[in-house]
Amino acid sequence: MALTLKQFKNCRILRNHKIQKEDLWIRNGKIINPEKIFFDEKTKADIQIDCRNAIIAPGFIELQINGGFGYDFSYSDDTVAKGLLSHGVTSFCPTVVTSPKEIYHKVLRKIKKRAGNEDGANVLGIHVEGPFINVEKKGAHPDQYIRNFAMGFETVMETYGTLDDVTILTLAPELVNSCDVIKELVARDVVVSVGHSMGDLKHGEAAVSCGASFITHLFNAMLPFHHRDPGLVGLLASDKIPEGKTVYFGIISDGTHTHPAALRIAYRTHPNGLVLVTDAISALGLEEGKHTIGQFEVEIREGKAFVAGTNTLCGSIATMTECVKIFKEATGCSTEYALEAASLHPAQVLGISDKKGTLDFEADADFIFLNDDLDVLQTWIAGERVYFKPT
Amino acid sequence: MRLVILETSAYVAEWSAKYVMKRINDFKPGPDKLFVLGLPTGSTPYGMYQKLIEFYKAGKVSFKYVKTFNMDEYVNLPRDHPESYHYYMWNNFFKHIDIDPKNVHILDGNATDLVQECNDFEQKISEVGGIELFIGGIGPDGHIAFNEPGSSLVSRTRVKTLAQDTLEANARFFGNDISKVPKQALTVGVGTVMDAKEVMILITGTHKAFALYKAIEEGVNHMWTVSAFQQHPHTLMICDEDATLELRVKTVKYFKALSAVHHKLIEEDIPLEQYRTIH
Repeated sequence: MALTLKQFKNCRILRNHKIQKEDLWIRNGKIINPEKIFFDEKTKADIQIDCRNAIIAPGFIELQINGGFGYDFSYSDDTVAKGLLSHGVTSFCPTVVTSPKEIYHKVLRKIKKRAGNEDGANVLGIHVEGPFINVEKKGAHPDQYIRNFAMGFETVMETYGTLDDVTILTLAPELVNSCDVIKELVARDVVVSVGHSMGDLKHGEAAVSCGASFITHLFNAMLPFHHRDPGLVGLLASDKIPEGKTVYFGIISDGTHTHPAALRIAYRTHPNGLVLVTDAISALGLEEGKHTIGQFEVEIREGKAFVAGTNTLCGSIATMTECVKIFKEATGCSTEYALEAASLHPAQVLGISDKKGTLDFEADADFIFLNDDLDVLQTWIAGERVYFKPT
Repeated sequence: MRLVILETSAYVAEWSAKYVMKRINDFKPGPDKLFVLGLPTGSTPYGMYQKLIEFYKAGKVSFKYVKTFNMDEYVNLPRDHPESYHYYMWNNFFKHIDIDPKNVHILDGNATDLVQECNDFEQKISEVGGIELFIGGIGPDGHIAFNEPGSSLVSRTRVKTLAQDTLEANARFFGNDISKVPKQALTVGVGTVMDAKEVMILITGTHKAFALYKAIEEGVNHMWTVSAFQQHPHTLMICDEDATLELRVKTVKYFKALSAVHHKLIEEDIPLEQYRTIH
């Protein structure tokens, strides 16, 4: 079946930043150039699929998700990986919040990068959010496990045990020794993100020049923008970014964590770096009530997630589809942009935009069918359908 | 020769597409009886392709049993270059219709042996019994395919070095950098097109008016290669009003007076055969 040549007809595909009337051809899990098939192989498609005018976009890539459907990643990632398919997410980075060393040693060995299929989305590697963060911006993270780089990179390895399947690491750039740690991490192909920080703009710029390239949930768990010291938010308009480098930033457009005006500010200031993340917690997809996140009890009230018994927000319970819709509505951006902010841009953060987050030829055939309201109708991974919305 | 004069270039596109459709449908092609079509590229036939796609999508015509031969292709231009004729044909026609890729023939300008490629092309045309309908456009200098002024009127498919005028005219498609314009092309010869059972030439726009005048009001001359078709038994020239500006009033009036006859050529319920006497 893998070598079956499939032609998706009667669709509009997102390619070259434009939704265009075009057929999509796939074979062997990859998107292929039909012109080559026509002139070189002189064959026609084995299967033609009528898409009924659906939009086909690259599958969503989720760089920050703590869990969902009752599970967080310190417990299990299978249920989440499967559940995400219905929300159009074809790849994700399971995110592990600040935890004790024993948990890291266990969990970071358990979660592996793996190819997706009908049992779940691709796992692109783990996002470790903490424990090297600022206790004053701990958010929902348990403060007793927050650490600093006392012994530099040695502390990092001692804490996590392994970085083999770690793809993104969030740290507070103001911590002593952070620059050396960032360099070590980047040398190991770990994307360093700044966040949960009291750092000012200089800390942010120093981190970027050491190799950091991402900002964790912009505006949340960092100093608010101030015109005399714009803080990490100022990285969006900094003139100290090395030539040719793009600093990306995650932003939670769940309608709660970031005000629509703040979404617009970020969008208009630095559109090329904007990455939609849900920061969803295990309560995603669950009823109102109490649930577990990391070492914490959380409580769902009125569609929002709080640290149980407090008014501190501790992550969203919005799906990526909802975030895309809310973002588009709030910023008035094009449909193309909203979709790419959840697909192409996160792939660029990870340096994999030749394979993921795109419908260009030779990319992985991970894509979604959407209607004009941007509801997910079908999800495909590696050229196989892994979800379809019941009609 | 017939000269069909139509109001606008849009109508030229529609008329020619209807004619092609009618020729295919009247032919009743099947697995053992392919309709062989010669095809041009360029801005003039673009509208015709658009219309043919529209007719195909409406279920009025199928290209399943149509075999095609394209007129020409640049030498040493990557096939996926937006100016390559492979790219043009794929994007503007073939990907939209039901043609079998095995029935499509375009000269390969990247072939290792270009002479062999040209000879094979001629061979393939003869093997299928010649071309039933060859469609062409012309350049402002009266060239058909890449048969530049001075080409032999009995030429066959071959490698052709392009005229300086053509390079300059084409520079706009290559970032206005003449050094990027391919210097050579493979092209069918005038003789190759002359061998087709019928030839339909599309001419639109004031910039082609002088060429049309040379094509039909003056004698056969290798400096205006399209004039060779004066000696073809079935030549159909389709032009818009703009293209007639250099013609004599007498010529235009004569052909316009025949327009009622010409329009019968594309009427769906009248078999073409009775109108296809030699003109």
